[in-house]
Amino acid sequence: MVVVTERLTRLEHQWQARPGVLGWLTTTDHKRIGLLYFWTTLVLFGAGGVEALAMRTQLARPNQHLIGPETYNELFTLHGVTMIFFFIIPMTTGAFGNYLLPLMLGARDMAFPRMNALSFWIFLGSGIFLYVSLAVGDAPNAGWFNYVPLSSRHYDPGHNIDFYCLGVIFNSIASTLTAAQFIVTILKSRAPGMSLNRMPLFCYAMFAAAFGLLFALPTLSADVIFLFLDRNVGTHFFDPAYHGSALLWQHLFWFFGHPEVYILIVPAFGIATSIIPAFTQRKMVAFPLVAIAELLVVFIGFGVWAHHMYATGLPTMTMIFFGAATAMVVIPSTIQVFSWCMSFIMGTARFNTPLLFIAGFIFMFVMGGLTGIMFVAIPFDQQVTDTYFVIAHFHYIIFGAAVFPIFGGLYYWFPKVTGKLPFDRPGQIAFWIIFVGTNLLFFPMHILGLIGMTRREYTYPSGLGWEPYNFAETIGAFITTAGILLLLGNLVYSYFRGVESGPDPWHGPTLEWTVPSPPPDYNFAVIPTVRSAYPNWEPAPPYEWLDRGHQQVESEGVDGVIGDIVGMPHESPWPPLLALTLLGVFAMLVLGKFEIAGIMGIFTLLTLVGWHSKEPQES
Amino acid sequence: MIAPRRHALALLPAVAVLAGCDKQQNALAPESHQAKSIASLFWWMMGGSWIGLGLIVALLVLAWKRRNRRGIGSDTEGDKPGEKFAWRVVIGLGIVTPIVVIGVIFVIANLFVIKTTEAPAADSTRLTVRVIGHMWWWEVRYPGHPAVTANELHIPVRVPVRLEVQTKDVIHSFWVPRLNRTIDAIPGRTNAIELYADTAGRYRGQCDEFCGLQHAHMAFYVYADPPSVFRRWLAQQSKPVSSPPPKLFTTAGCADCHALRGTSAKADVGPDLTHVGSRSTLAALTIRNTPAELEDWILHNQAIKPGNQMPDITISPAQAHELAVYLEGLK
Repeated sequence: MVVVTERLTRLEHQWQARPGVLGWLTTTDHKRIGLLYFWTTLVLFGAGGVEALAMRTQLARPNQHLIGPETYNELFTLHGVTMIFFFIIPMTTGAFGNYLLPLMLGARDMAFPRMNALSFWIFLGSGIFLYVSLAVGDAPNAGWFNYVPLSSRHYDPGHNIDFYCLGVIFNSIASTLTAAQFIVTILKSRAPGMSLNRMPLFCYAMFAAAFGLLFALPTLSADVIFLFLDRNVGTHFFDPAYHGSALLWQHLFWFFGHPEVYILIVPAFGIATSIIPAFTQRKMVAFPLVAIAELLVVFIGFGVWAHHMYATGLPTMTMIFFGAATAMVVIPSTIQVFSWCMSFIMGTARFNTPLLFIAGFIFMFVMGGLTGIMFVAIPFDQQVTDTYFVIAHFHYIIFGAAVFPIFGGLYYWFPKVTGKLPFDRPGQIAFWIIFVGTNLLFFPMHILGLIGMTRREYTYPSGLGWEPYNFAETIGAFITTAGILLLLGNLVYSYFRGVESGPDPWHGPTLEWTVPSPPPDYNFAVIPTVRSAYPNWEPAPPYEWLDRGHQQVESEGVDGVIGDIVGMPHESPWPPLLALTLLGVFAMLVLGKFEIAGIMGIFTLLTLVGWHSKEPQES
Repeated sequence: MIAPRRHALALLPAVAVLAGCDKQQNALAPESHQAKSIASLFWWMMGGSWIGLGLIVALLVLAWKRRNRRGIGSDTEGDKPGEKFAWRVVIGLGIVTPIVVIGVIFVIANLFVIKTTEAPAADSTRLTVRVIGHMWWWEVRYPGHPAVTANELHIPVRVPVRLEVQTKDVIHSFWVPRLNRTIDAIPGRTNAIELYADTAGRYRGQCDEFCGLQHAHMAFYVYADPPSVFRRWLAQQSKPVSSPPPKLFTTAGCADCHALRGTSAKADVGPDLTHVGSRSTLAALTIRNTPAELEDWILHNQAIKPGNQMPDITISPAQAHELAVYLEGLK
């Protein structure tokens, strides 16, 4: 017993975080980084939500002029950019992924803790950068897919689009770091015995999303760099007058943009496949099929980009090819939908708040998926492209299939993070309010699109039959907002008044439920070993204490064989400093002061030198 | 083509409202064989979608009803109760069924329906209309005829017309949902589709690709006329201006942007005004074309359509009235 206490004290001493703000600034702890991501993305979610409410208020009645066209165009552009780049991706990967991956894999931290911290600080910098544009009245205003030539200097001479280009690059640096980090962590930091076929589906989902990001983001970066050069240096990548091509923008953008859609929802699938076994107390139906489907959906997702461009006059043969790929990408999704549903039926489903959100998610995902299948029919896609029908489709997917699981996941892992149980009844009420609200908000959009309302209209005439649907949608938007506030408010209340949850309130299947709530700084006192994909249900004898240093086990290959013991870096001031210098670089670039940006870049390099001056000791 | 619509309506009475409301820009009130096949494609797919959604809802409800029981049949023991049956469902409903259903949709839509929407070859058709998108209005030309108009195009009914779409500035998209699907106007390219109307009438269309500040006010009408009416209209529109403009037209700056065919005003920045009085609306369907509204437009267009490319003209109301009266006379 004495030995145990002594070892725990030693571990605590080795992994202890610095107290106070400085501890948060210099942290390399994946849990703290996950929480930092969470709070930042939550604030940005609020911003994106307010933008949406402003638009819905404007569109409540025909011919309204509460908001002028300039502001409206900024609002929908910011809404899209925020929700996609600054809420869903960082929330699912940055917050959920960072917090949970090491806990699920049986690791003490991510593979590269300082890089992880860097990814957060860069993300924070990019978020500040984007919203400064709004504060100075130069917010991006050409839509989130920012087609040229509307976004060229000639038609958009302000700094708006420069903020867009640089903000997107800035943000994608953070996402790329996260993606690389996840891939290495999943491949190298699994607990001994966790072969790939014993890895939780959540980790498969994160793995798929990370690969998607890693291969999709470079084309986006190339695209926005071309545009930035066209705008500021005088190149002609997109200018047909100089043998450039306006369509090149669209090809590069959607080559990123469609995988992006799956990158948005696959982590949400991961959350769903974590909640379902816990709340049905049954292993996932068709586990291997689901794992393969999660990977396949992202892979096939790279072959469907031109279905965003059916109206651009592509040759019919080309469109048919992309139509076939679009048809194929349906199959991994239908596999998963039926596996989820059958897991509900075959297990003992407990419809608490987390599972309710997953049931709602399945409904919403199927709604959005069915209209997605309709887009396999190219002429129909061409008929409703850029109308509210498409808006309905992707909001069912993005709000329904990505955000619902995020809400469910919040309730599911809340006890793990805080040590308190969330109150269930208010959570359930919040679910029903959100469910009714989102359907009232998004369902009428299908009808609106079919009866002719195009997207991105800052106001619309009366007499075309659009009024009742728009009005209903606006009501739905406010109902949804009320539900979200109740949902989050209940969590705040539970934090202060909730019952102690203990380590494993749901009898969850995966490793995070084997450790105390909230988890200690070192996650696992004793390194666990794993012999099943449900290690908390089928425990294996632990490996060893590993308390002789700031260390973690590195596993080898697909089988999770024990490899080296690696020393882990301690807290570091360099990540936030590096991000700060990058913020300076981007600020100078947007102002067109390239020389000063270069000087700031030298500071960035200097922080890198400082960073590498003290490596963790190998052992 | 009517049958599937009734069939689908039987599935969900609430959507009856779709076909019932104002039809001006309703993709489900088609008036050409292309738009009709697209619409019936939709009704069939929607019917199938309700069945698919119903199936999933049924499974979720079943899960709720069986929330205290594990597995199925005798297979209720172990850590994976009902696994064998569940696999069959996943493979049957999750793989085989969607492959068959989507395969059918794919073949019908992408091999057959798509052909009907494509543009007829330039030499196989009697009439080509060229539409050129501008921020934020549509220029309409009839190659082979001098006629140039704006924001309304006339076609003969029941004649396949080759519609060519170009742009003067950014990407726009030509969409008349009751007649055919969307086609983009892309810099440096000419895209084409077929435009065809079964019945004479007026069909509303709108720019379908976000194109800047006044994207919301970039609508137009397609008039499908009986061939004789159309021929008369085209002959009239091809004529030069009927009476010379007042001096004001040049001194107030109108001629810097607008053309009056048959006079020295030849600019093509703004809409051709040679027969502006014959049009039903101004500023791409933003306001009606009456002398009073035209006068208001000349003086205060930036308040009516903020950000549009025409400046407010600084002339007296009396002068604006003079211009409006002249222009409205150009039928």
